[in-house]
Amino acid sequence: MIRTTPFHPRTSALNETGLWQHWSGHLAAARYQASEKFEYFAVRNSAGIFDTSPLYKYRIHGPDAERFLGGVLARDIRSCRPGQAQYTLWCDDRGFIVEDGVVLRHGPDEFVLTAAEPNLAWFGDRIGRQRVRIEEISDDHGVLAVQGPASREILASLVPEVERLPYFGLTRAAIAGRPVTISRTGYTGDLGYEIWAGRGDALTVWDCLIQASEGRGVIPIGLLALYMLRIEAGLLLLDVDFESSRFAWTDEQRSTPLELGLGWMLKGIESDDRAFIGRRALLRERADRTSRWAFTGLLVDWHDYNRIYDEAGLIPPRRHVPVQEEMFVYEPHGGQVGYATSFMYSPMLQRHIALARVRPDLASPGSEVRLEVAVNHRYEYVRAQTARNPLYDPPRKTA
Amino acid sequence: MTTPTATSRARSTADDRRYEAIVVGGGHNGLVNGAYLARSGLRTLILERRHLVGGAAITEELRPGFWFTTFSYALSLLRPDIIQDLELTRHGFMPLLMPSSFAPGEDGDYLLLTRDRDENLREIARHSPHDADAWEAYHHDLDRVLQAIKPLFDMVPPDIFSDDPEELLALAALGSRFRRMERRVLHNAVRLLTGSAADFLDGYFESELLKGYLASSSIIGSKLGPRSQGSGLVLLYHVIGEHDGAFGSWAFHKGGNGGFTQVLARAAESFGAEIRLESTVERVITRKGRATGVALADGSEYQSDIVVSALDPRRTFLELVEPRELPTDLVDDIRRYRFQGTSSKVNFALDGLPRFPALGDRTDQFRGFTNIGPSIDYLEHAYDDAKYGWYSQRPYIDCAIQSTIDPDMAPPGKHVMSSFIQYTPYRLRESDWDAERQNLGDTVQRTLEGHFPGFSDLVLQREVVTPLDIERTVGLSEGNIFAGELLAPQMFFFRPAPGWSQYRTPIDGYYQCGSGTHPGGCVIGAPGKLAAGQILKDVAARPKRR
Repeated sequence: MIRTTPFHPRTSALNETGLWQHWSGHLAAARYQASEKFEYFAVRNSAGIFDTSPLYKYRIHGPDAERFLGGVLARDIRSCRPGQAQYTLWCDDRGFIVEDGVVLRHGPDEFVLTAAEPNLAWFGDRIGRQRVRIEEISDDHGVLAVQGPASREILASLVPEVERLPYFGLTRAAIAGRPVTISRTGYTGDLGYEIWAGRGDALTVWDCLIQASEGRGVIPIGLLALYMLRIEAGLLLLDVDFESSRFAWTDEQRSTPLELGLGWMLKGIESDDRAFIGRRALLRERADRTSRWAFTGLLVDWHDYNRIYDEAGLIPPRRHVPVQEEMFVYEPHGGQVGYATSFMYSPMLQRHIALARVRPDLASPGSEVRLEVAVNHRYEYVRAQTARNPLYDPPRKTA
Repeated sequence: MTTPTATSRARSTADDRRYEAIVVGGGHNGLVNGAYLARSGLRTLILERRHLVGGAAITEELRPGFWFTTFSYALSLLRPDIIQDLELTRHGFMPLLMPSSFAPGEDGDYLLLTRDRDENLREIARHSPHDADAWEAYHHDLDRVLQAIKPLFDMVPPDIFSDDPEELLALAALGSRFRRMERRVLHNAVRLLTGSAADFLDGYFESELLKGYLASSSIIGSKLGPRSQGSGLVLLYHVIGEHDGAFGSWAFHKGGNGGFTQVLARAAESFGAEIRLESTVERVITRKGRATGVALADGSEYQSDIVVSALDPRRTFLELVEPRELPTDLVDDIRRYRFQGTSSKVNFALDGLPRFPALGDRTDQFRGFTNIGPSIDYLEHAYDDAKYGWYSQRPYIDCAIQSTIDPDMAPPGKHVMSSFIQYTPYRLRESDWDAERQNLGDTVQRTLEGHFPGFSDLVLQREVVTPLDIERTVGLSEGNIFAGELLAPQMFFFRPAPGWSQYRTPIDGYYQCGSGTHPGGCVIGAPGKLAAGQILKDVAARPKRR
């Protein structure tokens, strides 16, 4: 039987479309109303609420918790102080990414890690004799992402500390008298927060939040809008933009952090003493420059895209619902130099964009490439330029 | 939203008063034009008479927290290449989606269209099963015509009176484009370009409510009824917008159309254009048939070899320069050019959302246009009043409660509502707009009350903007929102006058770039852009000075 999230009594009443997707065994709204684009704009212009409860959640605690995470996570967990959250990832010993997630550090020895897929065994098997306990708490919490320029003001009206909560900051608070954790995190690339509530408190917290956002154009958003937002934000999606090394069949399907534009996570790796899984392989990859790909954004040339469709006798489509499939990237007049994994028409950028990987020498922003698009059942090659991710990056996100 | 963009301090030295291009008028076309000129490296000055740029595309806080789109109120036709060329997304361009369209009927029923195709077909079938099928056919046929004629909106009309090989070539290319059109597409194009919207719609639909809804696009801004020949052209014009890839789709810009013109101003300034507010240009200075600069009402002067008027043709040819400097034919043509503004706005600050009885407490129908034009008869009767010099007693109203799309337009829970009104002829029989202004407001409010009982109780403030107010405030002659009617003899080769459709004027260095030039009105930007192209071509062809 498919399960529902703690917010389901509310979200199901609001889902006018009856469209649900299955996400980690839970019903997740694809969109609540006829237009996912309307939901998308709510986040870019006011605020949207996304039920992100189906994420896997692990509580990791004990006197050796920091040391343990330091050994399994590629990003230095010591730089995540209590009261902070951190986007992180974990690799195998060959430096290939297993998965990414966000870790919340509630105290010196108290962490919560989120992940898209089950990882209990992966982490559990690597504890050894360390004094650490890992518990799966996936069902204990309902999590709501409140994202968009109005999110701060709305949440601050309930929890004044939110006003000063820094990017990736974390605070314990109460909403409607129920204990919650609020982190300034999200998957939209906008100003935004996530509220963690106990399962039994979820509906009370939802009602209070909805009441506080009354009259501000705040609406629940579904997965389709979320995908649009995350592509503009340059945020990766497992099984779309990369595959878990654990379940890949070939190395072609695997990626290293350096190949996915996440080299910044390895800050200090040359000089520090962290012995995390994959360290040696990643050091070698960096030193020997053996990365096969560089991750990049693509900006499709508007005029060229139009020309191709005009010449084909078609209205140039501008579909904002992401194509989360592979599209090949070519050199001008040359062979394949990479592939795009997510493609969409961005309403904020008013052009087609993609997340892609290209040969490392083409990684510098502004490199000319061609992206294949199927027009009248034939491939055409539209001009595109590499560009630094995130392609949409409002200052309010971190301000 | 109305924050004036940076203005430079008064300059004193003669050198500082010298520019390579001066644009008269900071409406959206003036801004587009100035931005393109500055982008190509010309030292450009944009002079705006008012305290804010935008012309008829402005947003004003008329009541604390309530932002009114005083005149122009939605966005669709803006040429998409302008968004790209001027990098507008870097400056805050944000066309918000309007997810529904609502058309109350005369009998308490309604037509509510959303973004869901199947739901729409079912909704139309409620009125006529036949029309649900016709709906798709109509849009397919219309889209094919639009796709075929779209290039006309992005090109300088060839000069049909010229023997220049380049012009003849352009004309031939145009002819061959039409020649290549499928028979049916060409025929539909001609039916729309020359005929009436009512005739065209009758070929598809039977529901009066649906026809009224669709026919509304054929009268906006025009002194025409849906049964008038020529209304097809106006219909076509209003659906050529291809906002985000769909013909006929409209958006509401963040902060209203004033929010959009602020984006344009920022873009123009980022390319180096200078914008001076509260600078009324009195006349264009000419010497020996050449433009040499402009003189302001305060007595100051600016020099430039290129002067571009973004004002309407009457002001461009009969007021900014001396008619005696122009060919007599042109002066006559401009005198005969039809303005006859016929539209008004009545804007409201509301205490809450109105209710429509048949929809109970539902309010999501207001997240887009609300079209009070329940049948072709209704629209035609509304026009009848105007034919004989009076305003419609049961007016056509196009409402938009914009705060449902952009909540920042009004305080939480409160709303602003823009209502576009027709018909309200500029010239009234035996009265004038100063006398009739509030009566018009009452007529409109009464009409809205009829559809939304209790509406008047929600009204916190009302702003009535008549054609006379449009003329006085924005400077559009006779309050015509398109800077001249969209009539066939005033389009393409002939806009604004035969022989002068290529943005030049008989005075060297003096150009035109307002909505009175091809392709025409609405927030489209094409005149500003195409004019800039002509100017830059002329600049490139200039003999190099030693």
